[in-house]
Amino acid sequence: MALMNMVGALNLALDDALRSDDSVVLLGQDIGLDEGVFRVTAHLLKRYGENRVIDTPLAEGAIVGGAIGMALYGLKPVAEMQFSGFAYQGFHQVEQHMSRFRNRTRGRFGVPMVIRMPYGGGIRAVEHHSESREAIYAHTPGLFMVIPSTPRNARALLLASIRSPEPIIFYEPKAVYRAFKEEVPEEPETMELGKAQVVREGSDLTMISYGAMMRPTLEAAVDLADREKASIEVIDLLTVSPLDTETITNSVSKTGRAVIIHEGPRKCGIGAEVVARIVEKSLMYLEAPIRRVTGFDVQFPYFAREQAFLPNADRIGHAAREVLAF
Amino acid sequence: MPRKTLKIKSKVEYLSILDGKGKVDESLDPKLDPEFAIYIYRLMVVARRLDERCINMQRQGRIGTYGPCRGQEAAHCASTVVMDADDWVIHAFREPGSFYHRGWPLETVLKFWGGYEEGCEPPEGVNDTPIAVPIATQTLHAMGIAWGMKLRGKNNAVLCYCGEGGTSEGDFHEAMNFAGVYHLPVVFLIQNNQWAISVPRDKQTASETIAQKALAYGFDGLQLDGNDPLSVYVGTKEAVDRAKSGGGPSLIEAVTYRLGVHTTADDPTKYRKQAEVEKWEKLDPIPRFEKYLIQRGMLDKKKVEAIEKSVLAEVAAAVDRYEASRIVDPLDCFDHLFSEMTPELKEQRAEFEAALKREGLAVDVPKNNEREKSRVGNNGNAAPCRRVQAPSTAGA
Repeated sequence: MALMNMVGALNLALDDALRSDDSVVLLGQDIGLDEGVFRVTAHLLKRYGENRVIDTPLAEGAIVGGAIGMALYGLKPVAEMQFSGFAYQGFHQVEQHMSRFRNRTRGRFGVPMVIRMPYGGGIRAVEHHSESREAIYAHTPGLFMVIPSTPRNARALLLASIRSPEPIIFYEPKAVYRAFKEEVPEEPETMELGKAQVVREGSDLTMISYGAMMRPTLEAAVDLADREKASIEVIDLLTVSPLDTETITNSVSKTGRAVIIHEGPRKCGIGAEVVARIVEKSLMYLEAPIRRVTGFDVQFPYFAREQAFLPNADRIGHAAREVLAF
Repeated sequence: MPRKTLKIKSKVEYLSILDGKGKVDESLDPKLDPEFAIYIYRLMVVARRLDERCINMQRQGRIGTYGPCRGQEAAHCASTVVMDADDWVIHAFREPGSFYHRGWPLETVLKFWGGYEEGCEPPEGVNDTPIAVPIATQTLHAMGIAWGMKLRGKNNAVLCYCGEGGTSEGDFHEAMNFAGVYHLPVVFLIQNNQWAISVPRDKQTASETIAQKALAYGFDGLQLDGNDPLSVYVGTKEAVDRAKSGGGPSLIEAVTYRLGVHTTADDPTKYRKQAEVEKWEKLDPIPRFEKYLIQRGMLDKKKVEAIEKSVLAEVAAAVDRYEASRIVDPLDCFDHLFSEMTPELKEQRAEFEAALKREGLAVDVPKNNEREKSRVGNNGNAAPCRRVQAPSTAGA
C-alpha cells in the first residue's frame, strides 16, 4: 500500500497497463514531454518511449479517430482529451464510429479503447474547462461511461477500463485530482465495470452520486448522522453507463427515500435516469418524493461564481432533511 | 533577407497514360500482364453491372437509397488491386468493385443499401472497413491503422478512399496532418468526381488542384486521370510502394466524373447541365480500357461477351443470395453492442422480444453459435484475407 492522490493513482494505473500489455499506447496533447497538464502521465515517456507515450498535434478529432484506427488494428489506445470541454471536436468520431463499429460489423471489429478526460468545476479554470457532460456519453448507445471518485477506485477502474474490450469514456474529476490521498495497493488492482458501490450503509435515506460530488455527499451524510441521528446510505455509481439498477433499487426499496447528486445539468441528466429507474422498479417502496441536487440548466458559470454554483453539503443536507421530513 | 519564392520539398505532379482518345504514352505504359489487365477490366465491369442492378432494385423497392459509382470504376478498381491481403483498404461509399476484389461477397453491397447491418460485416480475415457514411470520417481511421502498422513495425500500407467534397471536412485535414507528422504508410485516394451532391468542385475549394493540398502537410500530391485505369494503377502502386518502403504518406487526386445521380434520391438535372454529362460520357473508363486491351490483342469481341455473360450471372447469383438472406431477427440489434450484453440491455431485449411476440413480428432465424463464438474479442491483426486473388503484376 502507498498513500497517494488521484493523479498518482491514475499514473500508477497507466504504468501498470503499459508494463503488462505492449499493445497499450497513450496518445494526447502534451502527455509526453510535459507529462500532461495535470501530470497524470508523469515519467511515462521516459519509461516507455515515444512509441508508447505519444505527443500529438492539437486535434481532438484525429486523436479519437486515430485511436479508433489503432484499436481496429489491434492496439489498445488510451487517448487523453486535455479537458472534457474540448472533446466535442472529437465527439463526432465517438458517436459515429467508436460507439458503433462493433455493432455495425456484427461483432467482427470491436474498438477496445479508452478516452480519458478531466471534467468538472471547482479549480478556478477558464471558460470551457469546468463542464460535466457525462449525460451526453451515457445517452450514446455503445459506450461505457466510467467516473471514479477516489484515488483507489480511480486506479482500479482505469486499469479495468484499459483491459476491457469495450469503448470507454473515462471522466476524471479534476477537483479530486490532488484533493486528498488514499492508500492504494502497489499490486495491480481492478474493479468490475458497471457496478455501483454502497460506500456507507444506512436505513433512512439513500444518497446517490459519483465523481467529485461524492465528497460533499458523504460530508452531508455524516453531518445528518451526527446532528440528526439520520441513517444515510450512500451509493457511488462509479459507472454511469451502463447503470447498476440493482444496487440503486435494492437500496431505495430498503430506505424508501432518495436524493441524487451531480454537478452536471439536471435536465436529462444521470439523475433523471436514476429517478426513472427507481420509479419503474421501486415506486411502491417510496415514502417521499425523490429530490435532485444538481447543477442548474444553465451554462457553467465562469469561476468567479463557481463555488456558489456547485452543489455543496449544505444544499444536499437541506434536500435530504426535506425528504426525511415528508 | 530578400523576398523570394520559397522552394518546397514536396511536389505535385500530373499523370495520364491512356488518354480519352485512346492514345497511350508508351514510355509510361506499365505493360500489365494480360491476365491482370483483363482482371482489372472485369472488375470494372462487375462494378458497372452491379451498379445498374442496384439502381433497378432501388426503383423496384428491393433495396433502399443507393449511391452509384458509374463513371468512377477505374478510380477505385485499378487502385484497390494494388493492395496486398494484409494491407488495409478504408472505404467511403462509392467503391463496390473494391469490396468485391477484397473478398467481400458481392451481395454485401446490396445488404448495406438494402438496410441490413450485415452489409458492414467484413468476411473473416478481410482487413477492410465497411462503407463509411459520414463524409471523410474514415480518413482518420486510415491514419490510425497506418499508425498502428508503423508502431508494430509492419511492412504494410493503408489505401483510403474519399471524395473531393470530403476534402473540405476537418477530418481530412487532421488525417493528412497526422499522416505527415508521423510519416505514416497511408495513401489517400481522392475520387474527384466533380460534384458533391449539388456543389461543384470549384465551389468546394479554391485550390487549383486537390492534389496540392498534400504540400501543406509535407508530402507529395499526384493528380491523375481517374478514368484511365493505367494511370490509376501506376500512381497508386508507386504511392503504396513508397509508403511500404518508409517513404511516408501520399495524396492522389483521381480526376473522374459521377455520370449518375449522387444517390437514387437525387435529381442532378437541378444543378448540372446535360452537355457536361455528355462530355464526360465520352471519357467513360470502361470502353476506353476495352479499346486499349483489344488494340493490344489481350481482348477480343468474343472474350468481352464472355466476360459480360459471366459478370451478369455473378450479379444475378448475388441478387439471389441477397434475397434469400433477407429474413433477419430484429432482436439481434442488442447482440453486438458490447462484447458481453449488459444487464440493462438484457432487460430491454426481453421487453422487445415480448413486444415482437405480441405483435406477431417475432422471427425464427437459426443461429450459428460457432460463428458467433469466433467473433468474440477484437480481430485487429487478422489472418491474411481470402480476397479474390489478382494475378501477379508486371511492369510499373
